[in-house]
Amino acid sequence: MNRDEIQKLAKLARLTIAESQADEVATSIGNVLNLVDQLAAADTDNVAPMAHPLDAVQVLRPDEVTEPDVREKMQAISPATQDGLFLVPKVID
Amino acid sequence: MHNYTVAQLVKQLQNKDVSSRELTQHYLDRIDAHDQELNSFITVTAEQALASADAADKRIAQGDAPALCGLPIAHKDIFCTEGVLTSCGSKMLDNFIAPYNATLVDNYEQVGIVSLGKTNMDEFAMGSSNESSFYGPVKNPWVTDCVPGGSSGGSAAAVAARLAPAATATDTGGSIRQPAALCGVSGLKPTYGRVSRYGMIAFASSLDQAGLMAQSAEDIALLLGPMAGHDPKDSTSVNEPVDDYTRLLNQPLSGLRIGIPEEYFGEGLNSGIETCVRDAIKQLEALGATTKAIRLPHTQLSVPAYYVIAPAECSANLSRFDGVRYGHRCEDPKDLDDLYCRTRSEGFGDEVKRRIMVGAYALSAGYYDAYYAKAQKARRLIQQDFVTAFQDVDLIVGPTTPSPTFEFGSKGKDPVAMYLEDIYTIATSLAGLPGMSIPCGLVDNKPVGLQIIGNYFNEAKMLGAAHQFQLATDFHTLAPANFA
Repeated sequence: MNRDEIQKLAKLARLTIAESQADEVATSIGNVLNLVDQLAAADTDNVAPMAHPLDAVQVLRPDEVTEPDVREKMQAISPATQDGLFLVPKVID
Repeated sequence: MHNYTVAQLVKQLQNKDVSSRELTQHYLDRIDAHDQELNSFITVTAEQALASADAADKRIAQGDAPALCGLPIAHKDIFCTEGVLTSCGSKMLDNFIAPYNATLVDNYEQVGIVSLGKTNMDEFAMGSSNESSFYGPVKNPWVTDCVPGGSSGGSAAAVAARLAPAATATDTGGSIRQPAALCGVSGLKPTYGRVSRYGMIAFASSLDQAGLMAQSAEDIALLLGPMAGHDPKDSTSVNEPVDDYTRLLNQPLSGLRIGIPEEYFGEGLNSGIETCVRDAIKQLEALGATTKAIRLPHTQLSVPAYYVIAPAECSANLSRFDGVRYGHRCEDPKDLDDLYCRTRSEGFGDEVKRRIMVGAYALSAGYYDAYYAKAQKARRLIQQDFVTAFQDVDLIVGPTTPSPTFEFGSKGKDPVAMYLEDIYTIATSLAGLPGMSIPCGLVDNKPVGLQIIGNYFNEAKMLGAAHQFQLATDFHTLAPANFA
């Protein structure tokens, strides 16, 4: 991991890494990747990937409205709202 | 009063030897007296606790109260509690007053359990020392310059210091068992899916599971039932009947087959811990259990597999924190990208950022097969080790951690040193199996945990074995002297 790769990764994750920290972050993430690289030695031919401990399948419920309208309650803890809408910076010019 | 177990306290409540208000006030006073030093609580909800206690006392007076009615406990600050700060140990949620209750919190309220407050934890449950909490580290009540473990370090320290008779906790790779071991309390992570995850702030959804800490296995057996069960709001909660977790408490251990995994006694295991654990195994044999050496040959893959799967799921789960709907938001964002980047960079701590980035890397184009798909296959191999082992044994027993508690800062800047703390607990989490830790001795006045792993949904059997061990030993009754 070099500085450029770290900055690219940070951008993908919508994080900002200060230039002064980039080396340290690159080293620590490099250490984690070295750890997980141990997986490469494992023989996993013909092994089915395990996504869920109990191999459960998605359960479906009847398509009925069960949620009450909680907009006011949810927006009460929101950082910025107006007229019942969430406020974000201008997206379209 | 605070040295009584849950089993003893609920009897006293039912017999009206003590009221819930008296008991609740007693624990609130203890938190007041000791928690400035320990920092095990992020929020103490004294007023609500006393109001709940009064309501519980009314129910008890009416004579139809559930068994646990009036018992005060603490909730890990990962569970949403309506009207109360639910921070998950993060600056990101430092202003998040949860608008609803986690199902587990609701379940406990319904049976009259009183919440004393919310316990400290590693940020978003990512850590094994509690050092990553935005609210500062929790101290280990046994040795206050050492860590309590993590991520449920606040819950473990609070129970160890007798600031609460029991506490809820969560486990993704060892976050219940490891702090329970380091603080000398009993802790159980149930089978994946046994307890609803609704309202439990997500870290790695295929691993996260709620559980408990208390002084004894019997206490956990009493507390697990009301917590467990299917929840239509969590599609991964298992639709199986809830066991009576106390049903095997008094069953003798004769005939019980225990497997001892060779891989859990290799290089890196502290010799003092090994002695305590081997002595505990002898005790289980003396109680009638038979033991045999077993192999879990893919154990060495568990930490690497976990540090792909957990960060991958975390990077997806934590993408919801965007500064728009709730939680932290940066000042004066100039555009949407700036809003996202600055909000997340200000709101998350270093370890959380690291895991998000590792996860984003593992899931990114060109790396998916090499990392994520490979890790999922390794996960299957790890699970198969257990499936094979459980054909011949009822329980698997070994150490919970490779070493006892360590000093703050002693793991340095390399995250991998900390990750290896969970070397004996992660495989169980990847397999989705239930695991527990119970105290089995002290090394230099630092607690040692004995890990008990069961087959899927065999919590009652694990609790039974643990209870029989605790009837014959007194390690679980030891408490740190400074908080007597």
